[in-house]
Amino acid sequence: MLKKTILRVVSKFLIPFVLIFGLYVQWHGDFGPGGGFQAGVIFAAAFILYGLIFGTALLRRVLPSKVTRSFLVIGVLLYSGVGVFGIIFGGEFLDYSVLARDPLKGQHLGILLIELGVGITVAASMITIFCAFAGRSPNRLDEF
Amino acid sequence: MIIKHLAIIQVILPLMAAPVCIVIRHHVGVKIWAVLISWLSFLISIALLVQVSDQGLIVYQLGGWAAPWGIEYRIDILSAFVLLIVSGIGAVVMPYSWTSVEKEIVHERAYLFYCMILLCMTGLLGIVITGDAFNLFVFMEISSLASYVLISFGQDRQALVAAYRYLIIGTIGATFYMIGVGFLYASTGTLNIFDLSQLVPALSASRTVKAALAFFTVGLGIKLALFPMHMWLPNAYTFAPSAVSVFLAATATKVAVYALFRIVFTIFGGTEILEILPIRGLLIGMAAMAMIYGSIQAIYQINVKRILAYSSIAQIGYMVLGLSFDNATGIAAGIIHLFNHALMKGSLFMVLGAVMYRVDSVQLNDMAGLGKYMPLTMAAFFIAGLSLIGMPLTVGFVSKWYLIQAALEKGWWPIAMLIVISSLLAVVYIWRVIEVVYFMPANPEAREVREAPISLLLPTWILLGAVIYFGIDATTGLNIAIAAADALLAGGGS
Repeated sequence: MLKKTILRVVSKFLIPFVLIFGLYVQWHGDFGPGGGFQAGVIFAAAFILYGLIFGTALLRRVLPSKVTRSFLVIGVLLYSGVGVFGIIFGGEFLDYSVLARDPLKGQHLGILLIELGVGITVAASMITIFCAFAGRSPNRLDEF
Repeated sequence: MIIKHLAIIQVILPLMAAPVCIVIRHHVGVKIWAVLISWLSFLISIALLVQVSDQGLIVYQLGGWAAPWGIEYRIDILSAFVLLIVSGIGAVVMPYSWTSVEKEIVHERAYLFYCMILLCMTGLLGIVITGDAFNLFVFMEISSLASYVLISFGQDRQALVAAYRYLIIGTIGATFYMIGVGFLYASTGTLNIFDLSQLVPALSASRTVKAALAFFTVGLGIKLALFPMHMWLPNAYTFAPSAVSVFLAATATKVAVYALFRIVFTIFGGTEILEILPIRGLLIGMAAMAMIYGSIQAIYQINVKRILAYSSIAQIGYMVLGLSFDNATGIAAGIIHLFNHALMKGSLFMVLGAVMYRVDSVQLNDMAGLGKYMPLTMAAFFIAGLSLIGMPLTVGFVSKWYLIQAALEKGWWPIAMLIVISSLLAVVYIWRVIEVVYFMPANPEAREVREAPISLLLPTWILLGAVIYFGIDATTGLNIAIAAADALLAGGGS
């Protein structure tokens, strides 16, 4: 853990805003610039900042590898799951129009869920990569 | 209902199964899961092949978006055939890897191995199935990234260097491909391969389009390890875990060959570019050099995996050679050799996996006298080796016969001579192994060696059974290959 008081106070102050901004980019991706990938990176940046200042041990207490690992999987499965739902409801793979009664609403819902899947996986993999490189554990495998 | 969606299920099944491996995590559960998925995926590819040969082209539009704008999957007889090769090898490698991975990869990492090999399969199947040039790039990256990781699983520390080198060179290859796609997109405004095939002929004078063809050829040439661009291959195959060597040697380069010829024939087939830029002549030249160089290098190796790796470079030469002839016989020979070589090299690498399991080494010296102690394993090597040389009654003969016939049809007898010379060189390197295995006295420690376990022998002999079966009943494979060759020659319309 770094002993610099300014860094610690400022980063603690900043982290919630970074998280909020990440969520903003995530949910407004369909109206403005943004989307799952950018949001995931910003969201992960908050955790990586925390890890840089307070050490990866504390970061791993906030987000154990079990959690990041499951989010890695959930994101991918959410994305492909939405695609499969398209098939089940009688459309093609990734056809969002069939997800709701109104095709327009379906498209909206579909892209939102897909981007959420992207965001979750990107954030989780960013944090995992950071921990794998910065972690002290002799066995890198613990990070997955 | 499910029949309509088989094209997409072929790709998303291994894609969705890969993350599930991380959830299962336990090595036994993961193994059973991977085998199930690979068999299911094999069944799907059989169904697709049947469907294509009955009804012709299958087109699947993702998300219901119409073609030039949306991504479409397009399966003709050639892609269905290559799908069958990839998923078929996958279906044999997965059960094989049970024992092999247990020996060569620590239990805690087994789930990562299966996750990666399923992702690699996703990428390879995707390259074959997609009808979109950019989507092809995405799948190429999925399969390549997964294979870098797979190679780095090797026990030897050099595996990391080999994987790293493959990563650098492979990324350059993918970048070149991407630049080619960019140039075509800049000049036509479309990424759909079928659409490109309609638009490119009008632009055959454009320098951008010519540059695109050059970038495609070099980029994919690197991926398929065509002669002067093959440097990543020997180390990658040598230091990878046995099951990975089997899978990559039998599928990865074949799919890259497929991609090259899908681009060259389908997009540029109907244009005069192939006359202006002598790509075919260039490929024939490189293929001929690969045949001779690979075979000669193979003779001087002392690691048997390395012998096979260099032999692969020579065999890739045969495939590219066949496909570069612009007559139907040659192209059919190239296509059938994709299939035949997958069977032969797959079974040869499987034998080495069994040797690795029992002897812990695949150095030529350590294999002395093993013919006596591992008779079934070594018999498999013998038969697959004969096929590699091109003995009648094995698949190797079928491909060489057609290749030589194609060369003679064109009146290129020096090429036919080169094929024969390269086969004679194959006799030398295969015989070197056979001699050591059967006629040298065994090392003292080798006397303890027992026959490989049935879990390794069975998949090896299944593949070998296919080597013999398709060598005797050559017409089944050939009919498909000839139909595929006609489709390729017909150009974009297919």
